[in-house]
Amino acid sequence: MSWIKKTAAELADALAAGEVTSVELTQAHLDRIAAVDGDATAGVHAFLHVDAEGALAAAEASDKRRAAGAPLHHLDGVPIAVKDVLATQGLPTTCGSKILEGWIPPYDATVVRKIKAAGLPILGKTNMDEFAMGSSTEHSAYGPTRNPWDQTRIPGGSGGGSAAAVAAFEAPLAIGTDTGGSIRQPGAVTGTVGVKPTYGAVSRYGLVALANSLDQAGPVTRTVLDSALLQELIGGHDPLDSTSVDQPLPSLVDAARAGATGDLTGVRIGVISELSGDGWQPGVMARFQESVDVLVKAGAEVVEVSCPNFVHALAAYYLILPAECSSNLAKFDAMRYGLRVTPEGNPSSEEVMKASRDAGFGDEVKRRIIIGTYALSSGYYDAYYGQAQKVRTLISRDFEAAFESVDVLVSPTAPTTAFALGEKLDDPIAMYLNDLATIPANLAGVPGISVPAGLADEDGLPVGFQILAPALADDRCYRVGAALEALLTAEWGGPLLDKAPAVPENGTIR
Amino acid sequence: MPEISRDEVAHLADLARIDLDDAELDHLAPQLNVILESVASIRGVAGDDVPPTSHPIPLTNVFRDDVPAPCLTAEQALSGAPASEDQRFSVPRILGDEQ
Repeated sequence: MSWIKKTAAELADALAAGEVTSVELTQAHLDRIAAVDGDATAGVHAFLHVDAEGALAAAEASDKRRAAGAPLHHLDGVPIAVKDVLATQGLPTTCGSKILEGWIPPYDATVVRKIKAAGLPILGKTNMDEFAMGSSTEHSAYGPTRNPWDQTRIPGGSGGGSAAAVAAFEAPLAIGTDTGGSIRQPGAVTGTVGVKPTYGAVSRYGLVALANSLDQAGPVTRTVLDSALLQELIGGHDPLDSTSVDQPLPSLVDAARAGATGDLTGVRIGVISELSGDGWQPGVMARFQESVDVLVKAGAEVVEVSCPNFVHALAAYYLILPAECSSNLAKFDAMRYGLRVTPEGNPSSEEVMKASRDAGFGDEVKRRIIIGTYALSSGYYDAYYGQAQKVRTLISRDFEAAFESVDVLVSPTAPTTAFALGEKLDDPIAMYLNDLATIPANLAGVPGISVPAGLADEDGLPVGFQILAPALADDRCYRVGAALEALLTAEWGGPLLDKAPAVPENGTIR
Repeated sequence: MPEISRDEVAHLADLARIDLDDAELDHLAPQLNVILESVASIRGVAGDDVPPTSHPIPLTNVFRDDVPAPCLTAEQALSGAPASEDQRFSVPRILGDEQ
């Protein structure tokens, strides 16, 4: 089997054993990117920018350290891709927006700094919905990413680029960010693993903010263990992020290894009754129920749990998020960085600002900024934003009540499998409904993981299984996720991605 | 049911400093109405006794020691600016014609 098909944990072991060099691994992934990634018009298009030179230089340095017996980290030399919303010194960072085209940050996000300090070569920056607003990566100003399972379909969003990159074996590891499901939902529809850590468990410093109180960076990988290794690397307290949690998490790698034994004796699992029913694709529900049965066989105790306020989560989210983003994106004012469009004549700063923001932002960004401006305006503030914040309290209380009787909560990650590109592009509500099951975790700050649960009968496309745990109990997501992964993989005779059709290479099928 | 007129959308866009043209207003205004209708269900869900949550993990008064730390150089800070002059951001005139 070629190197690119191996997990990050296997690659780290192979590097340690001297079976391969980081330069060879990095080159293999760069070759794969060159073969399958294509561009805005065809191919997976997971990357907005590929840094072959920088990645190979980092790989060479890694090999030297290893030869000298001084690797920086267990994952030193394993290549990684980074979502284009994280600042990377010297590498373009666009957030999928024309307003930041060509911007080269003068500093690294803390997550990026940690990746570099551990010696992982950065392959490039991955595609995303503009400023992470979307569930399909179609709102990228640079053209959509295509699902490696079927290139006429969406890879999920906003982190479709990171998920597609690992699903298409263009990278063993990637970083995503999850504000309402942007790590987990792309994981579900591409047959990969994605984790939204506890809010504050991974630093937001250098992450271009969409909604500060909801954003969280996390791992995008093909296995649960790889996600655990990556979250341990990027996580931890950061004085540069005032919302960073100053408390260590239990070992995530140990939890993943314990889960992989397939024994869940004594673990109490709650199935969220509000996250099923009409509008949920039958093939998604069938794989979900089978996965629940697998967990029961593994010794878990499963009960149904009601979280009555979850029905209001979507409405609360689509008020809180636009409110926060409308003020966050005010910084794109054409003065300090980004696009400046100067209308004819002798325009004022305000006129330049308005013209620049009109030219630089896409439709979805404009929609959300205007909704946010409305929700925050006097006269509507209490009815909308104020109510949404109260509903947020009710949702947190639902979680607290549920976690009194169960250790984790589970649901399908998304209501459907990957839909066709273009299908929901101009129907915001249909697009927002994709986030139904993932949003409550962001509102309450609790961790969640999406693990592949099989393929839906209707269309043969991947289904995701979501596991949610109390704040700071990320280890529970990893334990239960690793158990489900181990048991399902044994049943399937190999990882779910083995069932994916070969990704067309340049010059083959278009 | 909330109703947001084309004029109101134009006003909001103005507040948000986005120069929407007529075609964009025609396209976006009906969509914004649909979005607002879909979130209107939230009104009246929570009573006065429910406190609002602004942040999922409550933290208060996070301070650091008041000591100098490394930061960007002026050159780095200006590196992404559309225009700069004398180590400063250069901006178009601030005042409008009527001011």
